[in-house]
Amino acid sequence: MNTPPVIARWHEASKRFGAVLALNRFSLDIHAGEVLAVLGPNGAGKTTALGLLTGLIRASSGHTELFGKDPASIEARRGMGVMLQSADPPDTLTVAEHILLFSGYYAQPRALAETLDMAQLTDLAQRRYGALSGGQQRRLQFALAICGRPQLLLVDEPTTGLDVEARRGFWQVLRGLVAQGTAVVLTTHYLEEADALADRVALIQQGRLVALDTPLGIKSRVGGQCLRFRSNLGEQLLAQLPGVLSVRRDGSHLELRATEVERLLPQLLAADPDLRDLTISAQSLENAVVDLIKEAA
Amino acid sequence: MNTVVIRPSMAKIYALESWLAFVQVLRAPAFALPTLLFPLAFYALFGLVLPTRIGSMAPAHYLLATYGAFAAMGPALFGFGVGLAMEQQMGWLALKRASPMPIGAYFASKVAMSMLFALCTTLLLGTTAVVFGKVHMEFSQWLQLTAVLVLGAIPFCALGLLIGSIAKAQAAVAVVNLIYLPMSVLSGLWMPVKMFPPFMQDLAPMLPAYHFGVLALNAAGFKVGNPGIALLALIGFTLGFAALALYAQRRRWSP
Repeated sequence: MNTPPVIARWHEASKRFGAVLALNRFSLDIHAGEVLAVLGPNGAGKTTALGLLTGLIRASSGHTELFGKDPASIEARRGMGVMLQSADPPDTLTVAEHILLFSGYYAQPRALAETLDMAQLTDLAQRRYGALSGGQQRRLQFALAICGRPQLLLVDEPTTGLDVEARRGFWQVLRGLVAQGTAVVLTTHYLEEADALADRVALIQQGRLVALDTPLGIKSRVGGQCLRFRSNLGEQLLAQLPGVLSVRRDGSHLELRATEVERLLPQLLAADPDLRDLTISAQSLENAVVDLIKEAA
Repeated sequence: MNTVVIRPSMAKIYALESWLAFVQVLRAPAFALPTLLFPLAFYALFGLVLPTRIGSMAPAHYLLATYGAFAAMGPALFGFGVGLAMEQQMGWLALKRASPMPIGAYFASKVAMSMLFALCTTLLLGTTAVVFGKVHMEFSQWLQLTAVLVLGAIPFCALGLLIGSIAKAQAAVAVVNLIYLPMSVLSGLWMPVKMFPPFMQDLAPMLPAYHFGVLALNAAGFKVGNPGIALLALIGFTLGFAALALYAQRRRWSP
């Protein structure tokens, strides 16, 4: 099998801020055209890892490469587009002016009309940044990241604050870019997002890479299925039933994670004939990640 | 494999960055109005309206040079200094640094913006001086004065860079206000230093704005102070402020 070439990598990269080791011997390769989701709880080191790739942060030890070069070099950065968690452009310049300025930094940028179209900003081209809504502002920041036709797109929490429809619209644009061969590294709080987009998920916990797999692989690592129902049964009793891995109360519902559901179900229904609203679903990436993080801690 | 590496045009990047840095502040009324109109209003009052009542036109000529210097400092301190502090706080400068923008273009564009603004205030004050103050100067003197006022913005860009590198956005406004007006008055830009008590006259040469005023006055035909020393002092201040600012920037970006 042909593995696509590595376009960026962290190699044994560590970053210390005072007494805190924000990133601990972190190693990971990014391949051309892949979508890599970096997940982890707040403060796990996601933003530090991305900061090393953008050149904004220098590693304390180990190194980071971007297209075989130091990320601080301008030649390396010409192949990359970046969308940070929060970076507000000046209010008084228009959408078109901001995009033209950033396009000029790249050797072969998209035409203005194409960038506007991809970011769904065509009708807002002459509007000043300060007059845009929050979602529109986020779209402009995305436009600045893609206007240069980058081979690697780095997006830090791209859909935070967007409504569901806008988020799905964003996914579609991102999939279009990936189809053209753009590699994407994204961090997200929405595990659903990683599940929908990513080829691989890197899970960071306390500055360490604790899991690296496909979303399916991550889910199957934890295993089992998810049962959700209403019942008067106690949590302790449920935990003793065969195959039950964990029990969680969620408001008026109970959630079980269990293997061999076919054997469990008759016993469950026998224990509580009044059990209602039962659904059985595949393990969500969110649950899988929570469990993996508990194991690593 | 033979690949032709295509690079974007540096000249275009610098030009567009500078033009948009200018447009950006020009469209902000909170910045543009005071920067353009305050020096004009003060000049009209102290240079034209009040002196006419006492029957002398000399202040119109003298104060054109010193209010011209006062006006040229504003964009450098507010536009560059406060602007930098705000763009750092908003994360904008971080994104620019992560982009393939040559970092020099960011700072050069702010200097260009300040100089372009100084050119605007100079033309505004100059026109007012000619039309309403009957100020007469040789063409070469006009050129010299304009050059001094536009280039004289540079040391105050360095001071703005230093303030913007150290202070948070809100604090930067306060710091600039605390420096700008008192320094202008104490440097003799509102009234000649000679009208001050002696100890304040001795204090004035410690301030960069005093030396800016000396150069502007000499360009406008007044034999005041020593222009050679004033030029050296301004170069010294510029290098000092820039060095401190560079140190602050390095600390900020490489923790």
